[in-house]
Amino acid sequence: MSEAQEAPRMPDECGVPDPMQYMHPVLKKNYGAWDWHDRPQVGVLHHVAKSGDEVWTIKAGTQRQMDIHTIRKLCDIADEFADGHVRFTTRSNIEYTVSDESKVEPLIKKLEGEGFPVGGTGNSVSMISHTQGWLHCDIPGTDASGVVKSLMDAMYHEFKHEEMPNRVKITTSCCQINCGGQGDIAINIQHTKPPIINHDLVSNMCERPAVVARCPVAAIRPALVNGKPTLEVDEKKCICCGACFPPCPPMQINDPVHSKIAIWVGGKHSSTRSKPSFHKLVAAGIPNNAPRWPEATEIVLKILSAYKEGGKPWERMNEWIDRIGWPKFFEVTGLPFTKFHIEDWRGGRNALNASSHVHL
Amino acid sequence: MATKKHETPLLDQLESGPWPSFITGLKHLASDENQQYAPMVNSLLGQLEHSYETRKGYWKGGTIGVRGYGAGIIPRFSEVASKFPESSEFHTMRVMPPAGMHYDTKVLRQLCDVWEKYGSGLIALHGQSGDIMMQGISSENVQPAFDEMNEMGFDLGGAGAGVRTSMSCVGAARCEQSCYDEAKAMRMVINNMLDDMHRPSLPYKFKAKFSGCANDCVNASHRSDFAVLGTWKDDIKVNQEELKKKVAELGRKGFNDQVVNMCPTRALSLNDDDTLEIDNSSCVKCMHCINVCTKALSVGDEKGVTILVGGKRTLKIGDLMGTVLVPFHKMDSEEDYEWLVELSENVLEFFADNALEHERTGEMIERIGLVNFLEGVGVDVDPNMVAHPRTSSYVRMDGWDEEVSKWNARKGTAAAE
Repeated sequence: MSEAQEAPRMPDECGVPDPMQYMHPVLKKNYGAWDWHDRPQVGVLHHVAKSGDEVWTIKAGTQRQMDIHTIRKLCDIADEFADGHVRFTTRSNIEYTVSDESKVEPLIKKLEGEGFPVGGTGNSVSMISHTQGWLHCDIPGTDASGVVKSLMDAMYHEFKHEEMPNRVKITTSCCQINCGGQGDIAINIQHTKPPIINHDLVSNMCERPAVVARCPVAAIRPALVNGKPTLEVDEKKCICCGACFPPCPPMQINDPVHSKIAIWVGGKHSSTRSKPSFHKLVAAGIPNNAPRWPEATEIVLKILSAYKEGGKPWERMNEWIDRIGWPKFFEVTGLPFTKFHIEDWRGGRNALNASSHVHL
Repeated sequence: MATKKHETPLLDQLESGPWPSFITGLKHLASDENQQYAPMVNSLLGQLEHSYETRKGYWKGGTIGVRGYGAGIIPRFSEVASKFPESSEFHTMRVMPPAGMHYDTKVLRQLCDVWEKYGSGLIALHGQSGDIMMQGISSENVQPAFDEMNEMGFDLGGAGAGVRTSMSCVGAARCEQSCYDEAKAMRMVINNMLDDMHRPSLPYKFKAKFSGCANDCVNASHRSDFAVLGTWKDDIKVNQEELKKKVAELGRKGFNDQVVNMCPTRALSLNDDDTLEIDNSSCVKCMHCINVCTKALSVGDEKGVTILVGGKRTLKIGDLMGTVLVPFHKMDSEEDYEWLVELSENVLEFFADNALEHERTGEMIERIGLVNFLEGVGVDVDPNMVAHPRTSSYVRMDGWDEEVSKWNARKGTAAAE
C-alpha cells in the first residue's frame, strides 16, 4: 500500500460555492444589470434586463423536508421547462426561471399537477419559515414540519392569491429560542412550568457553572441532593424559558401538557417604510395539539382575516396595528388582553404608552 | 426482505390536505425496499409517531465530526433506540449552498445520489441559517458522504460556538434593486472566516447575512451579528413618463395613499402635472416607493452598503435588532470589497476577544457600550448610529473638547474630499 493511500483524506476547505457555475444563463449574462420587474400573475415575477432580455420566474411551494424522489421530480420539471436550473428562496420556495414566456403556463400547469402550489409572491402568505422539531431537534417542545403542513393546508388559498394588504411572513418555533425568527405572525412554544430535574444525572451530564450562567433570571443554583452535586431551581423566580435545558438535558422543560403554544404578531425584518420591529405576544395557553394543531390554526386564521379585512394596501401587520391601535386589534380578533401582555422584561417601560394617545 | 412498517395513524393525518406532505415523502423512502435507507426511515417514522403520541422529542446530541473539522455535523442519537434501532443514529450534515441558492439539476441530482447511497434520502432545502440540511446519516457514513460532497465542491457549514453558514439574497442575479454584488461580498467575507467556522472556538455563534437593499429578503437586520444591507447615496432615479402611468393606474388618491403618504420621512410630493418631486436629502432609502413603482423609480447610481451589528433573538437578555455600525460605504472597486472583509474580520476578532462565554455580539455591545465597541473595531461615531442622542444627564464628560476637535477634523477631511 502506498503512502498516499494510507494518508487520510483531509477536507478541501473550499467554503461557499460560487453560484455562477449553477446560475441560469440569462441571469448570469445580466448579472447586476436588471432594469425593472412586475408581477403578471400570482406566483410569477417578470424581470427585464437593461440588455432587453426578459425572464419569468415561477415560484412554487415545497414541503422543505424533501425526500430525494421529490427533489428529483423538481429537477425533472426544471430539465423539461427551465433549462435545468432552479433556485430556492429563504422560505423554502422553489423558483424556476424561463426566458420564453410561452413556457410559463405549461410550467405552472405541470407544477400544480405534481402537487406543488404556485404562489407565494407579492401580497400573499408565503411559506412558513420553520425549524426541525420532533423530527430532528434535541430540545423541541413540538414538531415543526407538521405544524407548518397543517397551517399551510389552512392557508393554501392565501398562498395562491395576492389578497393581503402586503406580504405576510409567518414563522414557527419549537422552543423559546425561536429559531424560526421574527414574523408577521409567529407560532412559538411557550413553556409554563419550571424544568423537572433528574438529580441523578446532572453532575455527569452538565457543566454546572455554565448552566447557572445561562439562566436569564439567576434562578439556578448548585445544590446537593442525596449526597450528589446537582442543580436546583428557585421556582418562584423561574420564568420557564427552557434556557437551561440545552446545556443540561436532565433539566427537562418539555411537557406534553404544560408546553403550550403562544402566538405573536407584528415582527418585521425589513426597513421598508417603518423600521424593523419585533413581534409581540397576542395569544398564549394554546394546546400543543398534534397532529393538526386546530386551536393554533384557528387563531392564526382569525388574525389573518382581520388583517386582510382592515389593512390598507402596503401596510404590513405591524403597520396596520400601529394605525388602528392595540385595543382595536384585540377587539377585531376577539383575543383577550391580559396582564401577561404587559412587558416586564428589561426595557419594558419602553413598551408602555407614554402619551395621551388612546384609541377609544 | 420486506421490513415491517411502523403504524403511523397520527402522521397519516398529515398526508391529507393540499400542501405538499413531508410524511408522504418519508413513507415513500421507507417503502424503497431495495435501498439501504428504507429501514432507517421506517424506524424514523416510528419514532416520530411516538413523539406525536407522547408530545415529546427523543433526540440527544453527542460528538460526531469529519477529519480536520470541529463542526458542521449535528449529531443525533435516539433516546428510544431500543424501540427504533435502525434510526438510533440520525445525524444531520450542514452543507453550505451556493450563494443565492442557485443550482443546476445536475448538482442537485448528485447531492441526491450521495444521500441515497449514504444517508436517509431526506434533505431540507434549506435550514434557518441557510444550510443544505442533509438529514439522517449513521456515524460511520458521515466521513465518506462528506468526502464525496467535498469532491463536488461543497463544504460543511457552521454549528456551535463558531461562524455560521450565511445567506445572501437573489440580488444582482435577478433584482434591479440590488445595490452591490451580494454573492461576491458574502463569499469573500465568509470564506475569510472558515477557520472560525470549521474549528469553532468563539464565545458563541457569529452570523453574517447579506441583503441587496432595505427590503432585507434574508432577514439580516435581526437575524445576524453582522448585517450587510445595500443602499445608495445619490438621488432616486425617476422616469416621469412611467410615473404618470402609475398615477393613472392607481388614481391620484390611490397614488397619494399608497406611495406619497407612506414615505416614512415625508420626502415625496406629487406635483399638479402628475410628476413626482423627491426631497432626496430626507430620503432614508427605505425602498417603499421603489417597490410600488418598479418601472418609474429605481435606486441611485452611487451604490454601497449600510452595515448593522448585533441582531439576535431572545437568549439571554432579550431580542436585539442590529444597529448601525457603518452608515454608508460605496461598493465599487475590489478595494471596497476588501474593506468589507477587513471590517468583518475586525468585528469578529473583537467579539472573539471580548465577549463572555455564550454572549452574542449584540449582548457584548449592550454590556460594554457602543462607544467601547467602536473604539475596538476602529470606527468613528456617527449620528446615524443613534435613534436620538442621549436623554440622561448622568454621564461624565471629561474630554469633551477633544471629542469636538475630532468631529471637526473629520468634517474638515470630508469637506476637503
